[in-house]
Amino acid sequence: MAAASNNPPLLEVKNLRVEFPTRRGTLLAVDDVSFDIAPGEVLGVVGESGAGKSLTGNAIIGLLEPPGRIAGGEVKLEGRRIDNLPYEEMRKVRGARIGAIFQDPLTSLNPLYSIGRQLIETIQTHLPLSGAQARKRALDLLKEVGIPGAESRIDHYPHQFSGGMRQRVVIALALCADPRLIVADEPTTALDVSIQAQIIALLKKLCREHQTAVMLVTHDMGVIAETADRVAVMYAGRIAEIGPVRDVVKHAKHPYTKGLMGSIPSLGVRHDKLTQIDGAMPRLTEIPPGCAFNPRCTFRGQRCMVERPNLMSAGASRAACWLHDRGGVGAPVTKELVDA
Amino acid sequence: MIAFILRRMLQSIAVLLAVGLVAFSLFRYVGDPINAMVGQDTSMEDRALLREKLGLNDSPPVQFLRFIVNAARGNFGLSYRTSEPVGRLIAERIPATLELSFCAAAFALFIGIPMGVYTGLYPRHWSSRLFQAVSLIGISLPTFLIGILLILIFAVSLHWLPSFGRGETVQIGWWTTNFLTISGLKALILPSITLGLFQLTLLMRLVRSEMLEVMRTDYIKFARARGLTNRAINFGHALKNTLVPVITVTGLQLGSLIAFAIVTETVFAWPGIGQLFIQSVQFSDIPVMAAYLLLIGLLFVVINLVVDLLYFVVDPRLRSQGGAARVSGH
Ligand SMILES: Nc1ncnc2c1ncn2[C@@H]1O[C@H](COP(=O)(O)OP(=O)(O)OP(=O)(O)O)[C@@H](O)[C@H]1O
Ligand code: SF4
Ligand SMILES: [Mg+2]
Repeated sequence: MAAASNNPPLLEVKNLRVEFPTRRGTLLAVDDVSFDIAPGEVLGVVGESGAGKSLTGNAIIGLLEPPGRIAGGEVKLEGRRIDNLPYEEMRKVRGARIGAIFQDPLTSLNPLYSIGRQLIETIQTHLPLSGAQARKRALDLLKEVGIPGAESRIDHYPHQFSGGMRQRVVIALALCADPRLIVADEPTTALDVSIQAQIIALLKKLCREHQTAVMLVTHDMGVIAETADRVAVMYAGRIAEIGPVRDVVKHAKHPYTKGLMGSIPSLGVRHDKLTQIDGAMPRLTEIPPGCAFNPRCTFRGQRCMVERPNLMSAGASRAACWLHDRGGVGAPVTKELVDA
Repeated sequence: MIAFILRRMLQSIAVLLAVGLVAFSLFRYVGDPINAMVGQDTSMEDRALLREKLGLNDSPPVQFLRFIVNAARGNFGLSYRTSEPVGRLIAERIPATLELSFCAAAFALFIGIPMGVYTGLYPRHWSSRLFQAVSLIGISLPTFLIGILLILIFAVSLHWLPSFGRGETVQIGWWTTNFLTISGLKALILPSITLGLFQLTLLMRLVRSEMLEVMRTDYIKFARARGLTNRAINFGHALKNTLVPVITVTGLQLGSLIAFAIVTETVFAWPGIGQLFIQSVQFSDIPVMAAYLLLIGLLFVVINLVVDLLYFVVDPRLRSQGGAARVSGH
């Protein structure tokens, strides 16, 4: 963090809110999310299903699916606001400055176009290259992502590749115009376990070589521990904790993160082990007042039931939890009181 | 792929033989052809002679074989009604039907597909909703009603366009064409619209729903994430992925355009094979009916074959599946 704070951040997300207008009122799916990514940095994003990870990523690349929309806050890339750009302007940013990788390589590629054609069209959309030059670049990219026999494979169609190879092609497509940031939304979830590590290692290697920053959304804490520089933990549309990977994994500050890491809570007095969190994340329509995590939290106090904590310093990290506030969590809550 | 084509061809031949059997049984079960061919005062001996000469005393399989062999040579015998060779009757009439069907198909394709793309891309726009509503009318109104309405408006009230016939035609070899005279072209307009309207709305609705489907796929989302232009996404990636079902339906519709030109030709007194068929039904002119049946059967079979081949052109996944089929076929 100290090193990163010297250079201006590559990506700044400030107070981002994503809403879905529905018949029964507006759903706030991403609520007041703020974070930075430094050039070349890998930010891991974890959290339960439905925490708002993908929506945050899609909001950054400007591809929220209607009726979802950015309702507040701002996104800045290289100092320039991109959340309010007209469609055509944002299109030129996508693929050129921000690449994206999605979950399922089997469905990310157009089945009717050869991979060469998809690479070349992406390259030529963003770079002023001739057909031959673009093809050369496509070949180089395929070699770089480790497609064996790239010269003969370039004219093959997606269905002629295995899942892992397809995800390599997807990575090559994301790198076509040498973007500064890649938003990778669970890039290995759909793959065979044996291939996942290879793909993550490849992504890590390429991004280090190209000095590309990554926002890496994943459920796999192992991947985070191995790949990320910093981690953001999301819960019910908000960031619960964000900090350097070592601190978050080893010395989690938010009770939810502790549960995720399956670590022994250092602050706990009533429980000596919390490997698993009871209950489920509340639905967007049923987020309780106060701290959204309070129904599942063993540390909660009266204050947690009424006052919502924002991110606050907690060691080297920042956590949204009253445990780290001077005021504390307030008087203990009895179980009966909550149920009533 | 070659194995696949051969297989499809064998299937096509089987289908045609089945159609041939139906056509052949027309002869056997719709009255005695001798009665239709000779006068009241023909003697029993002459009738028997004619029967022998026509091979009507042979066993049914032999007769069927002869029928098929003759049909393959384009020889369908003489019309009961006009005593002309059926082949010539059909050759005279078929240009009118083919030109009409061609124009109707072009009308349906060149208006239906763009409208489908548009309403699929902007489903919430008011004009898309309007197209959708109007297309319901096109689907539900019967063809003859549309034809009569068009005649009432554009021929009877406005006097802009003729209400019947082909207008002036130009002879090129044995083919007569509408395309080379103003009156011929004008005569094509109303019947083409009448014939093509149903297919147009069908295509529009098909392309629309396919387009809506495709726009939701991951590869379109990924194409957006790659920053491709809207034009490349909509008309390249998306439209191409809607093509397989569109080709299927277009092919089948093309066949039915020609087959169901009967109604339109009747409404507009269009001298095509549909009209010929109606006339031959009235006169129980079995040879013409049989030939018509076989012709339509052949048409559907050929179109299906072409459609299957187009799949290969469009979809690379089928190409290699065909390859796999060939490998496993050995
Ligand atoms: N079109 C929509 N309409 C209403 N709510 C939506 C819509 N899309 C997403 N949501 C809600 O937004 C929330 C966040 O979704 P998001 O896809 O960001 O979750 P996620 O953290 O990526 O989960 P996962 O790990 O399952 O991918 C979810 O609770 C979901 O119900
Ligand atoms: S604020 Fe209270 S309820 Fe929320 S995580 Fe911290 S201790 Fe638990
Ligand atoms: Mg997700």
